Amino acid sequence: MNITSLLNALPGAVAQGLIWGVMAIGVYITYKVLDLADLTVDGSMATGGAVCVMLMLGGCNVWLALLCAIVAGMLAGLVTGVFHTVMGIPPILSGILTQLSLYSINLAIMDFKANQGINVTKYPLIVSQRNVRALGLENPIFATLLILALVIACLYWFFGTELGSSLRATGANEAMSRAQGINTNVAKILGLMISNGIVALSSAMLAHYQGFVDVNMGRGAIVIGLAAVIISQVMFGRLFRNFALKLAGVAIGAVIYYIVLQIVLWLGLNTNLLKLLSALIVAVFLAIPHWKGAMAARHGGKGGASHA
Amino acid sequence: MLELIDVRKTFNPRTVNEKIALDGVNLRLEDGDFVTVIGGNGAGKSTMLNAIAGVWPIDSGSIRIDGADITRLSEHRRAYLLGRVFQDPMNGTAATMQIEENLALAARRGQRRTLKIGITRQERAAYRDKLAALGLGLEDRMTAKVGLLSGGQRQALTLLMATLRKPKLLLLDEHTAALDPRTAAKVLELSKQIVEENHLMTLMVTHNMRDAIQYGNRLIMMNEGRVILDIAGEEKKRLTVEMLMDAFAKASGEAFANDRILLG
Repeated sequence: MNITSLLNALPGAVAQGLIWGVMAIGVYITYKVLDLADLTVDGSMATGGAVCVMLMLGGCNVWLALLCAIVAGMLAGLVTGVFHTVMGIPPILSGILTQLSLYSINLAIMDFKANQGINVTKYPLIVSQRNVRALGLENPIFATLLILALVIACLYWFFGTELGSSLRATGANEAMSRAQGINTNVAKILGLMISNGIVALSSAMLAHYQGFVDVNMGRGAIVIGLAAVIISQVMFGRLFRNFALKLAGVAIGAVIYYIVLQIVLWLGLNTNLLKLLSALIVAVFLAIPHWKGAMAARHGGKGGASHA
Repeated sequence: MLELIDVRKTFNPRTVNEKIALDGVNLRLEDGDFVTVIGGNGAGKSTMLNAIAGVWPIDSGSIRIDGADITRLSEHRRAYLLGRVFQDPMNGTAATMQIEENLALAARRGQRRTLKIGITRQERAAYRDKLAALGLGLEDRMTAKVGLLSGGQRQALTLLMATLRKPKLLLLDEHTAALDPRTAAKVLELSKQIVEENHLMTLMVTHNMRDAIQYGNRLIMMNEGRVILDIAGEEKKRLTVEMLMDAFAKASGEAFANDRILLG
């Protein structure tokens, strides 16, 4: 075990963590703001890349391709939202249905090939793994930070508007929201669309970064997103009160996740066991609040909120 | 004016759990009426309020406010007419949002939610004054999360939210039942004050006969999904708890056996 090999791998871990951080912010919107666990992301995390890469291979402008990727993700969110609100399917199942259908759709977008490469020397990619140790503006960490800041700024503005507030209210208390005249179905659909649009943007960035899009690249994305959300909650929960800081915390959570992953790999873990490890870590962190509650109840602490 | 015409609702129809919750309710409220609603458990009091609010569609009959038929309007589309306060203090507010954010949501009841800023500076100043009028010290905690408030404070806030945009009809569904007696009395007084100041048409469900007699200008009693007693004006002023229990026995053919009502 050579420490320099770990240090060499760190810039890549940070860049990848930041790109997945964009996705984790999308997960935060559904999981924390809307209080819905949306499994669509496992599919839309490949859709964005597929759309963007195929359009660029066809000669499309890079920015237009990115925009189309976002729109494609939003459409995926719309489908999940319609499954849930119009057809009355529970949110988790709605997400699974969309995710499954996206597998076929993603293959169709990719000309029925499991992966499609895009070469950084021939196409104007916004981020590339090749420059990850460069010291100039071409370093993908720089561009990713810029996009992250832009995404956070947009979301911070949006959730401060009347419409954005109605989304937050829907996640906080649905019955109360309807009593205040909020169409909670529209709010949920809109939230799912925004979330998956952001996930698709992250997907397109990841495809640029690694130089190819793979139909399986979204597998387990929801777990990585949840891991980032939970890590940020544990580490910055008390520190970051402001909404923009919370979103930034989620991105930092994703970076921490990738650094830890890199260290575990460096320590000699078999790469194939990574997903098992991630799932176990997330399961434990999800269980902590439950165990804390059970402990408090056993020790005669105050359960639930106080009255009057 | 509120009109309920032969409103019917059956839960779990054609199953062993079938429950006729509203069995042809007819009721007419004039503007400014403050009506208290009493009745045993399962009499249909809360069901009637939920039917008016549109929580689920009714089976038959019609509901009109000021002549406009709202029977088939979805819950959020008829919200502009209604102010609602619920039994559980958790239900009327968004716990994870700030006090001022909750008020801003309520101030836009029935309006299109646009991409304009969610809460303006002028609004904040107005909310501060309104909160100060509650006398609970909430005006100094406007950016505190509502989840930090006590049950009584939350009900007072919900009451303010329900009336921030003057509703055509205020629905109070046992809104003091989950509070301790002193807080309950305070919230009731506050309700009365707000109703009188704004001259609001109000339906207040309560389990407490004394409150039902003391407040409002009219009292209705429900049993098995129907209105079985309707007393207003001078006659209501002379009511006593004993008279109400006799009236219940006569109208329903059974004794009013319900501890919560007898002891309340």
